[in-house]
Amino acid sequence: MNIDKAMYSETGYSLERLNALISPDAQNHLEQMAQRARQITRQRFGNTIQLYAPLYVSNFCVNNCPYCAFNCKSKLPRTRLTIDQAVKEAEILAAEGFRHILIVSGEDKNFITVAYLTELAKKLREKFSSISIEIYPLTKEQYDQLFAAGIDSIALYQETYDRSDYEKFHKSGPKSDYDWRLDTLSRAAQAGFRSLGIGFLIGLSDWRTQTLAMAEHANLLMKKYWQARVSFSFPRMRPAENVDEKLFRYMISDKELVQMTLALRLCFPDAEIVMSTRESQAFRDNMAHICVTRMSAGSKTNPGGYAEKEQSLSQFEVADDRTPDQVALMLKSIGLEPVWKDWDKAFNE
Amino acid sequence: MKKLIIAGKEFTSRLFIGTGKYSSNKIMAQSIEASATEMVTVALRRVDIQNPQDNMLAAIDRKKYLLLPNTSGARNAEEAIRLARLARAATEINWLKLEVTPDPYYLLPDPIETLKAAEILVKEGFVVLPYINADPVLAKKLQDIGTATVMPLAAPIGSNQGLKTKAAIEIIIAQAAVPVVVDAGLGMPSHAAEAMEMGADAVLINTAIATANDPIKMAEAFKKAVQAGREAFEAGSAGVKNHADASSPLTGFLRD
Repeated sequence: MNIDKAMYSETGYSLERLNALISPDAQNHLEQMAQRARQITRQRFGNTIQLYAPLYVSNFCVNNCPYCAFNCKSKLPRTRLTIDQAVKEAEILAAEGFRHILIVSGEDKNFITVAYLTELAKKLREKFSSISIEIYPLTKEQYDQLFAAGIDSIALYQETYDRSDYEKFHKSGPKSDYDWRLDTLSRAAQAGFRSLGIGFLIGLSDWRTQTLAMAEHANLLMKKYWQARVSFSFPRMRPAENVDEKLFRYMISDKELVQMTLALRLCFPDAEIVMSTRESQAFRDNMAHICVTRMSAGSKTNPGGYAEKEQSLSQFEVADDRTPDQVALMLKSIGLEPVWKDWDKAFNE
Repeated sequence: MKKLIIAGKEFTSRLFIGTGKYSSNKIMAQSIEASATEMVTVALRRVDIQNPQDNMLAAIDRKKYLLLPNTSGARNAEEAIRLARLARAATEINWLKLEVTPDPYYLLPDPIETLKAAEILVKEGFVVLPYINADPVLAKKLQDIGTATVMPLAAPIGSNQGLKTKAAIEIIIAQAAVPVVVDAGLGMPSHAAEAMEMGADAVLINTAIATANDPIKMAEAFKKAVQAGREAFEAGSAGVKNHADASSPLTGFLRD
């Protein structure tokens, strides 16, 4: 498919269209793609951006992913939050205005159990209108329990859709099961989860083939689990303690990341596009203007990071360290309304 | 212009306004004012209905506008009913825009769950304004169980496509004994005027105003269009003919 056709005469998703939009040739059309992406985003999502914050509850992990600071071989100090400590962290976020919270944890199965998560969720529901998780894969029955406790959204990245790269990066531990991980979002959707966060770690494999694979996955989820909304994330690898940056053989430029984001927006006009504090202030501010619909702000990527003075091991260095207020002010200054609440705990009471 | 009466309440304006997608609550408030509306709908998912200090709620003058909570995002009757009850308990407003929209992408209404929820909510004393696809039979069924209006969509919500469901809406208007409010998909004032000329009792607009370059000006444009369309309807169309009537007839020479 030629680029003009992909940009102007086609709508919606097809593998061929996406392939044309992420092609090297399409890089010469980024401005037109951005104009179109902005128009679609404003029409579908309005002049608003949703804000959320992550709550890291444990940096213990049984996996040995060499690209992650939490890998089990790393000798760095570990922290787990008790329920009370986690609630204390969440209270700080609630006071900053957040009503959407994302619980994040390493694969720490003996401590961050379903019982832990349901107890925490029940407490957080008092203050938060939507609770997401980004933790290790669970069974459908476990997701049923979490959903009943008020957790309504999930993010789980495949890391890489390339099976041979996946095996190379996940040689041992529970994470070595590619298919179990791949089916995770389907299991969560079957349990009733409303938002399914999809992504791959940008830097581990060739981004163009990864984008196509991720889009096929997203398309399948949208067709089959039509009551859930898919959100795309773009976790570009960041420097982290004890992580060798030479592993990120396929790092991409800002230009390529923009192209990937725009191409997905044109193909999936109603999907959420999430941009975390992995990206810099300047990059995020510009992307907020084009097609991003959800952003984190003021994030700490270590357990206890909001309340504790002594800092524990972070998953990665955040690139945008502005406070939530500063991010909200920036959004207002470019004509966007920061939305703290766009769900209600009453939905799944 | 005749007054619109819904559930015994009189409205001078026949334009209802949604509150999503605005670039700020200030612009939203100014657009509402410019539209001269008397009814404003808010998504329960978006506001903290129990908190009058909520930024969006605080920007809407409750003395001037009837606040119409909506259940946007509810995937089934059960969720919609729960949201409705909470909203009424918190605000003492018993008006409700019933939306059961299990598909998060196009937010199309679920007819089965909407009917189910409406039945229960009407019995509980709610004034129910259901958002529906342009389905004349469903509209009749909802009217039978006692909803205050029916609100058929003109096109998918937020699409600005205009009256794509015109043929079905014409039937709904012809058959309805309750007010028909055309909701969703109207993108330009001309679309709204067309709906009003057809005999719709009111229209509801959100995206077309909120995402216009100048929402306040666009709100005013919709106000005028709705008024013009309604007045034209009341005036009675001269009818469209596909031939010309000569003003000096050829048979004018014939006398009895």
